[in-house]
Amino acid sequence: MSEKYRDYADIDPALCSEHMCLSFKPSSVPIKQRWRNNGLSADFLGDYLTTFFPKKDGEKDSVKKQAEIRDAVTYIANELLENAMKYSDDSSVIPNSIDLSLQEDKLVFTEVNAITEKQQAEFKDFITELNESDPDELFMKKLEASAVSESSSGLGYLTMINDYQANIGWLFDASSGGHQVTTQVIISI
Amino acid sequence: MKIIKDDGYKVEYNAADKTVDFSGTLRLSGLTEYAPIVECLETAVDDADSLTLSLKDLSFLNSSGIAVLSKFVIKARNKPDFSLTILGSDETPWQGKSLKNLQRLMPSLTLELL
Repeated sequence: MSEKYRDYADIDPALCSEHMCLSFKPSSVPIKQRWRNNGLSADFLGDYLTTFFPKKDGEKDSVKKQAEIRDAVTYIANELLENAMKYSDDSSVIPNSIDLSLQEDKLVFTEVNAITEKQQAEFKDFITELNESDPDELFMKKLEASAVSESSSGLGYLTMINDYQANIGWLFDASSGGHQVTTQVIISI
Repeated sequence: MKIIKDDGYKVEYNAADKTVDFSGTLRLSGLTEYAPIVECLETAVDDADSLTLSLKDLSFLNSSGIAVLSKFVIKARNKPDFSLTILGSDETPWQGKSLKNLQRLMPSLTLELL
């Protein structure tokens, strides 16, 4: 059974001109070591994408565009990978994966990880809060809360929505292998 | 001078100049790993009546780091007559996008994107 939330869209793979997928086995190395890989992977995806947005001599706009795309890809990929690592079911055999695909006018990030029932319930509570709020107001509320709370807050997703104008959706699946969540982030380019 | 540094980043607090300079990429895992930086920023607010935070050379900050800066700005806001300046770079895209949110937390904050 699958449940879609918020802006989750069925994407036609035929519309994708380029894509890259990275996959990780959750329990293969300790989390502290894997954490470093999040940054390396996010930087790699950001650098990879710049190939398709070359700088043109004398055109300041092309230099700025390349820097903006690299920045957005690196931030979003890093947040998705960090979240997958913090909130995935490490006992599952389902690997964490992130796929970045380039379409004519947008970039699509698709991140998949296994999740426990408890994690799934907490995740859905956050999505409900997001759906019932103005994202900008919720973002400021979470920033204020950061002064007094150390709990997870969804700040990464809210930054993507407010500062990077991202559309975000989720797909929850259950199968014999357990529960998994797919997080989809789409930004215009 | 107090310096906190590790793989990829450096934070320097100069009490005499009332400045804290960040450089590199900061993507630590949650507030626990950020604790030494939080402590340094809180000391900087407690020690003086004004502070300049330079983020110009900070090329990357994850959402946990954004939470840390928000916490710091709220502490500065809550100290009477405290003057805070944040220096950023408009050539670093995340700073143009996200630093304005700190100014919304503390409207009297001076934000300069150089």
